[in-house]
Amino acid sequence: MTKPDIEQIANKLKEKFSHAIISQEQSYDYPVFVVDKNELLHIIRFLYEDENFQFRYLTTLCGIHYPGTEKPFALMVQVHSLIHNIRLRFKAFTSDNEPRFDSLTSIFSAANWMEREAYDFYGFHFNGHPNLKRILNVDDMDYFPMRKEYPVEDRTRYDKDDTMFGREKAGYKEMN
Amino acid sequence: MAEIIRNPNDIKVAQAPAGYEGPGFFATSLDKAVGLARKNSIWPLPFATSCCGIEFMATMASTYDFARFGSERLSFSPRQADLLMVMGTIAKKMGPVLRQVYEQMAEPRWVLSVGACASSGGIFDSYSVLQGIDHIIPVDVYVPGCPPRPEQILDGVLNIQKLVHNESLRRRNSPEYKAMLNSFGIE
Repeated sequence: MTKPDIEQIANKLKEKFSHAIISQEQSYDYPVFVVDKNELLHIIRFLYEDENFQFRYLTTLCGIHYPGTEKPFALMVQVHSLIHNIRLRFKAFTSDNEPRFDSLTSIFSAANWMEREAYDFYGFHFNGHPNLKRILNVDDMDYFPMRKEYPVEDRTRYDKDDTMFGREKAGYKEMN
Repeated sequence: MAEIIRNPNDIKVAQAPAGYEGPGFFATSLDKAVGLARKNSIWPLPFATSCCGIEFMATMASTYDFARFGSERLSFSPRQADLLMVMGTIAKKMGPVLRQVYEQMAEPRWVLSVGACASSGGIFDSYSVLQGIDHIIPVDVYVPGCPPRPEQILDGVLNIQKLVHNESLRRRNSPEYKAMLNSFGIE
């Protein structure tokens, strides 16, 4: 079996999913495909089942938040073809504030916990996930902490008092 | 090789409490006798979650030798422990566990909060970390440091010993103490 190069894989994807491949770029040594979020599952399944490519290892799956952009939420998936040692990265963007993606658990069992993590930290929902609940944070947490819309510092902290340590509030304004 | 020669007079034995002494008997108050006994036989429960726990290991080992202060015997069951030593970052998810351990300890019980994380959250001012264990359980002595040196941990334990030594036998039955526990939601 000959090792396919990235262009061959890209051409094959564009041939099979011409409407779903939005863009392709090279990020350092990583080929990145931006794809339609509704087609992500089918693309991954195609790469998994293709006898020549055999992308059968899910390296990473996680959420991303780019605040202030048109489509701020993205699901990032990295797959690895172990026999060819080729890695691919996929990003699926959405403008929905409660993003909903198709679960990859039907292809990769490993996606189970990764999708729970994306749900836990970004509030992404996954259609067809068998057990979508928080995985790392406390169960009664009422927000999704990795979304960049919450203060970095914890709200129950009381020893960082600006009046005592003269940070921005107390110091700067009086000086000007 | 230098030889350490110690003056036998340097060795300190716990002083007998003030009392009334006569031929063949010695009388003192129960508080003082109990305080003296408790103070020098504290069984600590090490609740070590991160790097402060490593410092505690050094504190237990031969150079610093925690056993010198009557705490030779660590208790890994909260039911037999006198002193809860919380050493390390307590995540919010760990909070209920720590609280349960505290609730399982029998009175009288003391709590030593070792290090910046246990005392205030430390550098982990973040959504996942409890900003000081005093949000969920009462703390008797705080040891600052990130992490504190074994000397500081020993100093914290010696301060606990002072509290143990001087505590009134009735304190744990007082309404003030019960109100303090209730303020943490502990019956």
